Amino acid sequence: MLNPRWTSIYLRLGALLLALVFIIIILLASGVSPFEALGHIVSGSIGSTGKIADVLGAWIPLVLVSTGLLITFSAGLWNIGIEGQIMLGAIFTTGTIRLLQDSPVPPALVIVLAILSGMLGGALWAALAGALKTFGGVNEIFGGLGLNFVATAISLWLIFGPWKRPGVASMSGTEPFDAAFRLATFPGFRLSPWALGLAILAVIVVYFLLRGTYFGLRLKAVGKNPKASYLLGIPTWQYMMLAFVLCGALGGLAGAMQVTGVYHRLIPSISSGYGYMGLMIGMLVNFHPFWAAPVALFFAALNIGSIQLPIVLKLDSSLAGVLQGVLVLFVLLAEGVRQKYFNRKAASS
Amino acid sequence: MSTDILLFGLAGVLVNAAPIIFAVMGETISERAGVINLSMNGTILLAAMAGFVVSVETNSLVAGFLVGAIVGALVAAVVAFSSITLKVSQVAVGFVLAITCRDLSYFLGNPYMGDVGPRLGLAPIPFLSELPIVGTLLFRHDIMTYLSFILIFLAWGYIFRTRPGLMLQGIGERPAAAFVRGANVNRLRYLYVIIGGTLIGLAGPMYSLSVKAGWKGTISGLDGIGWIALAITIFGGWNPLRAALGAYLFAVLQWLGLALQPLLPGIPSQVLQVAPFPLMILTLLLVNIGDTEWVARMLASLPESGRHIVERILRALRAKPPASLGVPFESD
Repeated sequence: MLNPRWTSIYLRLGALLLALVFIIIILLASGVSPFEALGHIVSGSIGSTGKIADVLGAWIPLVLVSTGLLITFSAGLWNIGIEGQIMLGAIFTTGTIRLLQDSPVPPALVIVLAILSGMLGGALWAALAGALKTFGGVNEIFGGLGLNFVATAISLWLIFGPWKRPGVASMSGTEPFDAAFRLATFPGFRLSPWALGLAILAVIVVYFLLRGTYFGLRLKAVGKNPKASYLLGIPTWQYMMLAFVLCGALGGLAGAMQVTGVYHRLIPSISSGYGYMGLMIGMLVNFHPFWAAPVALFFAALNIGSIQLPIVLKLDSSLAGVLQGVLVLFVLLAEGVRQKYFNRKAASS
Repeated sequence: MSTDILLFGLAGVLVNAAPIIFAVMGETISERAGVINLSMNGTILLAAMAGFVVSVETNSLVAGFLVGAIVGALVAAVVAFSSITLKVSQVAVGFVLAITCRDLSYFLGNPYMGDVGPRLGLAPIPFLSELPIVGTLLFRHDIMTYLSFILIFLAWGYIFRTRPGLMLQGIGERPAAAFVRGANVNRLRYLYVIIGGTLIGLAGPMYSLSVKAGWKGTISGLDGIGWIALAITIFGGWNPLRAALGAYLFAVLQWLGLALQPLLPGIPSQVLQVAPFPLMILTLLLVNIGDTEWVARMLASLPESGRHIVERILRALRAKPPASLGVPFESD
C-alpha cells in the first residue's frame, strides 16, 4: 500500500503535469511553440540580475499580501477585499507624503509616517469589510468585492480630481514625488532593500504568530469551528475582526511599498491584481505559512517573465495568470481526489 | 421630446439587463440546487470571447451563442465535478475558475481584439411593436431580450409551480429528505448546475454579439459583471421575480450614471460607473441585517408601534438562502 505522504506528493506532481499539458495545448491552439513561450518566461524572469531584482520586487507586495491572507484564512475568512485594502494603503501613503512633502518634517520621517498610514488605511478598509460581516451579516466575499470596486473609484476620483497633475489629469497617475521621498534602492536596480527587509520580517512574524502563539491557535479554532470556539470562551467576532485588521494592515503595507518603492505616485491599478494572486497562493499552499513565501516567489517569476511575451511573441501577458490559475485548479482537484479515494485507506492503515 | 428620451432610455435598460437576467437566473437555479457557481465573472468573459471569435470565424450568430452556452456548461461541469463528486470547497474552485477563465479569455481573445463581428439585429414583433409606448418599450428588441422576459417567468414557474421544481427546492434545502423521497440528489445537482451554467454562458455572447458588441480585451468593460450578478442573486433571495427586479434596478442605475454624467462634469466617468457597487453593499446589508443578533436586541427595546413597522420592513427585505447551499451531500 502506498504511503499517504507519497500519495500526496504523486498527486501534486500529477496536478503539476496536467497543468503543464493544459498550457501546452492552449499555446499550440494559439499557434505558438510552447517551448519558445515557456523559454521566454524563464529567460524573462531569471535571465539577468536585473530580471531577478524585478522578480524580487514583485515578490515583495505578493508575499506581504499572501502572509496577510494566511491570517484571515486561518480564521476561516475569505478576504477577497484585499485588493481594495492594497489600494487604500497606497492612497493613504500618497496622501501622507503629499501632505508633508513641503513641510519641515525630515523626508525619512515622512516616509516612515507614510508607510504607517498606509498600513492604517488597509486596516480600516479591512475593518469595514469585517464590520459588514459581523454587524451586518454581509458575507465577506460580497462586501469585500464591492469595497474593491469602491476603492478603485476612490483612487480614480483622486487621480482625476483633487490630486490631478498640474495641466492635464491622466491614467498615468498623480505627480511623482521628489527623490527624497522615495525608498532607497540597490544602486542600478529597481529593488529597495528596505522593502525587501520589511517583507521578510512580515513573513517571519506571521509564521510565528500562526505557528507559535496562543493567539494563532485560538484563531485557527475560530476558523475551524466558530460556534464551538465561542462556547469555549474565545471572543469569536473580536478574533475575526482582528484577523481582518491584521490582514488589511499587511495589504496596506503592500500598497505603501508600491507607492514609496516602485511607482513613487498613485496610479489607477496600483494593486495590479496582487490581492487575487495572494488568495490563489493561499489555496495552493493549503494555508501553510511555510510554503507561502517560495510559492509567491514562483508566481512573481511567472508574472515578470511574461511581461515580454507581447513584444517578442505577440502573446497577451495574461498567460502568467492562466498558468497560475490552472496550476491552483489542478492542485485543488488533486487534493479532492486524495481526500475522496485515498483518505480512508490512510486512516485504516 | 423628453418623454421619448425616457422611453428609449427605459427600452435600453431592458436590453442592458437581458444578459444579467440570464446570468442571475442561471445562478439562482444552481444555488437552489445547493451549489454556488462562483466562477460566473470568468465564465461570462470566456463565453463572450469564445462566442465572438466563433461568430467572426463562421459568420454565424447561432454558432456564437451555441459556443457561449457550451463554455458556460463546461465551466459549470468543472464546478459540479469538484464540488459534488470531489467535495472540494465550492468557494475555492469557483474563485480560481473566475480568475483563470478571465485570464484565459484575455489570452485567447488577444488576436481578435478590435475585430468587427456580426451583431444581433432587432426583431420587432409585427403589430405589437406599432403600439404606442408599449411597442417601443417591449416589442422592438432582439430575440435574446424577448427570451430574457420569458426566462424570468419560466424560471419562476418551474421552481415554484411544478413537481420537478419542488424537488429542485428540496435538494437545496433538505437533500436528505429529498433522497428519502427517491431523488438522486447528486445527479440532479449536476443537472441543475450545468443548466444554470448554460444560462450563465449565454450571457457572454449576449454582450459580445449584442449589448456591447465586439471584443476589446481588458477594456471590454465586462470584468465585474459576474460579481454584480452574484450579488443580485442574493438580493433576489433565490426567487426569479425578485432577482429580475434587482437586475432591472441595476440597469436603471447604470443608465442614470450615464445620463447624469453631463450634469456632473467634475466627476470622472469611471467613478459613476462604479456607483452601483456601494448600492450593492447597501442592499446586501438591508437584506441580511434583519438576521443579526444586535438588530434583534435593538428591536426588542423599541416601543411597540415603531417595532412593528421596522420588523415588517426588515422581513420584507430579508432573504434566506437554501439551507444546504454549499454543503456537499452524502447518501450514506
